[in-house]
Amino acid sequence: MSASKETTIRVLVESDVDIVVARQQGRTLACELGFLSTDLTIIATVISELARNIVLYAQKGEIVLSCSSQNGKLGIVIMACDKGPGIPNTMLAMQDGYSTSRSYGLGLPGAKRLVDDFEIISKSGQGTTVTAKKWLR
Amino acid sequence: MEVPILKQGHYLIATFQAELSDADLLRLRDALVTQVGKFRSRGVIVDVTVLDVMDSFASRTLRDIAHMIRLRGAETVIVGFQPEVAFAMVQLGLTLEGVPTALDLEEGLLYLDQKTKVREYELGTLSRGRGKPLS
Repeated sequence: MSASKETTIRVLVESDVDIVVARQQGRTLACELGFLSTDLTIIATVISELARNIVLYAQKGEIVLSCSSQNGKLGIVIMACDKGPGIPNTMLAMQDGYSTSRSYGLGLPGAKRLVDDFEIISKSGQGTTVTAKKWLR
Repeated sequence: MEVPILKQGHYLIATFQAELSDADLLRLRDALVTQVGKFRSRGVIVDVTVLDVMDSFASRTLRDIAHMIRLRGAETVIVGFQPEVAFAMVQLGLTLEGVPTALDLEEGLLYLDQKTKVREYELGTLSRGRGKPLS
């Protein structure tokens, strides 16, 4: 196992090709941490949704992948950061079907359902940071 | 990465490669909608067997493809969703409602055969125009 607790992978996200790179990196890290098939797909899906939000709303940002341990549990931390316009109403953005673009509006609430911990910090005009954690079972 | 489209009789078969970008998906959509007319195809099979991630964009594009192909007068069936992909999709709320799916390529071909009756025409077991099998 080459992934250590200090491993941090940063992927610059500014186009649809970077979304693919980000989820490949995430899948590789999660695989090294010992996640199995279903969880690998889930982690890649969450990264894809969060990276897509960056491209769609902020044009440019970063996906930061790292490991974390809590109460003896090992997990992967997916952070999506951007300095875009921010989300005016995070409560609304977390509702199924709410979208300001022409999408299904399932990205954020869907991603939340797929992980164990999910947090959005957003300030209008200052950007958004989404942190999602999935623990190894 | 381009998605190859194979012509198989009256059908078009598009087989997804491992990692597709949004642009690749949109190119596939445009190519299928065009080629279904060029080859006068009756059905389209989109094979997603090797796909390990299906996010909201890919899912929406698949739905768009199926609806556009229907407007062009042909049938679409998506085949090969892996168990873990199906699981993640349902959790995300991506159910692809109104889009026919089948287990694999074989089942997909069977579905299209039933849906388009192409094989029956070819075998002469169905009378053209009347829709009743000849005994």
